[in-house]
Amino acid sequence: MGAIGQNIPHDSARGHVSGESVFIDDMLPARNEVFVDFAGSPVAHGEIVSIDTSEAIKVPGVVAVFTHPDVPGHNVFGPVVKDEELLAAKEVVFVGQPVVLIAAESRGALCAAKKAVKISVKALSPIFTIDDAIAKDSFLGPPRKIERGDVAGALTSAKHSFQGTLVIGGQEQFYLESQIALALPGERGQMTVHSSTQHPTECQSIISEVLGVPFNHVTVICKRMGGGFGGKETQAAGPAAMAAMVASKLRRPARFFISKDDDMRTTGKRHPFKMIYRVAHDDRGVITALDVQMFSDGGCTMDLSYSILERAMLHADNAYFIPNIRITGRVCKTNLPSNTAFRGFGGPQGVCNVENIIEEIAARLGIDAIEIRKRNLYGVDDRNTTPYGQIVRNNMLPKLFDELPRSAEYQRRRAEIDQFNRTSKTQLRGMSLTPVKFGISFTKKTLNQANALVNIYTDGTVMVSTGGTEMGQGVNTRVRQIVADELGIPYDSVIVTATSTDKNNNTSPTAASSGTDLNGAAARDACVKLRERLADYAATQLCTGEGGLNGSPSSVVFRDGFVFDDRAPNDRRMRFADLICRAYIDRVNLGERGFYATPGVDFNRETGQGHPFLYFTNGVACSEVLIDRFTGEMRVARVDLLMDAGQPINPGIDRGQITGGFIQGMGWVTTEELKWSLNGELWSHSPTTYKIPNISDVPEIFNVELLHNPDNAVSLYRSKALGEPPLLLGVSVWTAVKNALSYIAPAGEVATLDLPATPEQILMSLTRLVRGGASKVVARR
Amino acid sequence: MSNRTDRGGLSRRGFLKGAGVAAATTALLDRSVEALAQENKESRSVVGPGAVAITLKVNGQHKDFQIEPSATLAEVLRVHADMTGTKIVCDRGSCSACTVWIDGKTVCSCMTLAMDARGREIKTIEGLAQGEHLHPVQEQFIEHDAMQCGFCTPGMIMSCANLLERNKQPTLDDVKQACSGNLCRCGTYPRVFEATLAAAKQMKGGNGNA
Ligand code: FES
Ligand code: FES
Repeated sequence: MGAIGQNIPHDSARGHVSGESVFIDDMLPARNEVFVDFAGSPVAHGEIVSIDTSEAIKVPGVVAVFTHPDVPGHNVFGPVVKDEELLAAKEVVFVGQPVVLIAAESRGALCAAKKAVKISVKALSPIFTIDDAIAKDSFLGPPRKIERGDVAGALTSAKHSFQGTLVIGGQEQFYLESQIALALPGERGQMTVHSSTQHPTECQSIISEVLGVPFNHVTVICKRMGGGFGGKETQAAGPAAMAAMVASKLRRPARFFISKDDDMRTTGKRHPFKMIYRVAHDDRGVITALDVQMFSDGGCTMDLSYSILERAMLHADNAYFIPNIRITGRVCKTNLPSNTAFRGFGGPQGVCNVENIIEEIAARLGIDAIEIRKRNLYGVDDRNTTPYGQIVRNNMLPKLFDELPRSAEYQRRRAEIDQFNRTSKTQLRGMSLTPVKFGISFTKKTLNQANALVNIYTDGTVMVSTGGTEMGQGVNTRVRQIVADELGIPYDSVIVTATSTDKNNNTSPTAASSGTDLNGAAARDACVKLRERLADYAATQLCTGEGGLNGSPSSVVFRDGFVFDDRAPNDRRMRFADLICRAYIDRVNLGERGFYATPGVDFNRETGQGHPFLYFTNGVACSEVLIDRFTGEMRVARVDLLMDAGQPINPGIDRGQITGGFIQGMGWVTTEELKWSLNGELWSHSPTTYKIPNISDVPEIFNVELLHNPDNAVSLYRSKALGEPPLLLGVSVWTAVKNALSYIAPAGEVATLDLPATPEQILMSLTRLVRGGASKVVARR
Repeated sequence: MSNRTDRGGLSRRGFLKGAGVAAATTALLDRSVEALAQENKESRSVVGPGAVAITLKVNGQHKDFQIEPSATLAEVLRVHADMTGTKIVCDRGSCSACTVWIDGKTVCSCMTLAMDARGREIKTIEGLAQGEHLHPVQEQFIEHDAMQCGFCTPGMIMSCANLLERNKQPTLDDVKQACSGNLCRCGTYPRVFEATLAAAKQMKGGNGNA
């Protein structure tokens, strides 16, 4: 039996449960190692007047301090636009921005030295909000637009139309392992850096530029991350470059280490958005036109903001066909840490907006929102073209909408909730079902490529490496399964080694849910090439003409650790390991590099048209919430989730991704609130003040099912990428709150609610509704 | 978790009282320094600054260390004992990634002074398995995919395994209670429930009723 499709435990499971798995901070100190950290800007915006490190250098244990003139190569870098400084030179643009790099013998000395650095800054006026940025025309990059049909015409001629604004908050990645890197100087200017990064190649290039050495002098290795979630896609590079710079200057190993608090204070988060929309619909709630202006808070530099805005715009339709639509977008420049990737990459914000609109249409028409959703869903044969011109194929949405309401007993529970809300004076219940149609592929075409290296050793065991980095999502486990099956050997005969730029060059970040799709396909390519070569050789070994059987490569089968001729499977066979041993002696090449480039994807940013995604991953979730009418406190009582996973490579790991992604999405829309002081300092910089879901927030009833979909022929082994899509289903918890509030909204009025729906937000919304007039509970429909 | 607060002995705050009298006077305006000094004399002698020699019993073995008296147990385990299975995340008692057992009770090792663990039985994730033989909770975590990135996992397992020491037939609520302080950003919680209940079943006498 093959490994693909099996519930094989995570590659690192045994190490994780026994504490043996090595994360970077678990690596024993290298001989003569120093610790590295930085002292940051005291203000959000200003001109540096002076930097005084004289006291800091006197702190016992401090080895060296560095400022921007000490950077050997370029001080300026950036993943897309080069607008970030490793160490601020003239201007500081957010609180805590690295200004002085400190190297010390101990963590204690580092702490003391940080406090002793004096940075004096002439303050300039800062921008902290999207509104302020819009008012001051403070943007990053040009405006973006995707448009189809006659939006203005449809809006003016419509019988029903309305407008609104939705404010969406950011989210801290809160990977448990903070940013970290360990740099080891080598010979002749070479450098090896262990980094907790989703993008070793980018770290490599930035380190090279900072050190002023060619790329081939720098090797970046990532064995595993203690969580990434997008937060280590671009923003691991700064810490890695800082460690490398110190290591290069001092010729000593250097470990960059910051506390969770400093990590939260100084790194980017999910982008807050402000959506301004106008929508038109008919009597049945079918949307005829949508005009949405999206403003994201990019923070102080570009980072990935432009691509994130793009994905938000490409998901403005979510699962719905909207004939006339205009989506415009801008990235606001503010004086906060540069916002960055976070699982979903703008998609969640785009989806949230249209789901909010659907809830509002439902409330206005007095029709259950599930009906409005069904009426607007992308069709299978018609009404199936997205605003950017891609046709929605293998559309599982109608099927999902057919199955989930049944298994979740939607109608029965709706009646119950109607009844409950009519009678309860203390509590409110709400329920909502939202879908997701998440586009799989990087929207930047170049990134849709991967390479893999597969080496077979003479005992028949195999070592694989790819550009995919492991952050718990199971890419290594799936790659092992793929290689084992392709070579017909046991899963245990294969291991996947640390991701490293010396084995796999020019790799893409492990992001966009595509880690397995890309790297698995590259590994398969290598295996296919190896198998062909080995089949040629095996044909000469299995059949030598005796018994009338001549060698035939096409008859050679690799299975269960054996290689045999399928014309005589019982006597023309040998162990895989024996074949390899012989092949080595006969000088057959036993290593191969595989390559994969996603076919057919293309998107034109200028026209906003194209085929950006290889396929879509679909899912639906139905969430029910219970709200305390006096405190605004909210509990998620039940969630039913159905996900189209294609044919999963590893159903167990997939299920974990789905549940985990949903819980993260639920945190974003409910409890996770970033609080900033008036001076732009993050107040919520630890788990004491920033509340991610804990064990008691898990829905009391939580049913997760995978939809059987064998017809997905476009991707790897008919599987579907699942890293990000389930996160977007967390939105159903927020719309459920909105639904609950709609029960007490006066007729024709709509409950407004910002995101996240913290108890405070909910209470404010409740208060507004009750003050606004009718406090009496109105029954829906 | 009820016993999380029940650390006994010295906490970071207790340490300040004991060792940093002079430095801490501003915070003690309403209590006379003499009274405090008297209290200290009665309760414990002043140590530090500067490294002191201590012996800790970790996973049944006595180990000697030279540490700053202000060092936390988490730090000593990771840095001095090279036992890096115990993780540090928040370093302030609000995520439980650093959970170990002292005298059979779970504590946040980032909030416990190593000094204070002298003469007590410390158990870490490294000591949970019997050689190659994993603890049932560890086994079931693997079986039920109860980990993703694995960073919270050692702490989570120490909390769950401790529950099974105290309660052979835990309910789902007991499990939730036991790891209510353990944060997992990967969202493995539902798997943690399943794994722990299955481990209870696997251990003799448990029926894993939920
Ligand atoms: S590290 Fe000890 S509780 Fe967070
Ligand atoms: S498994 Fe990643 S934090 Fe729990």
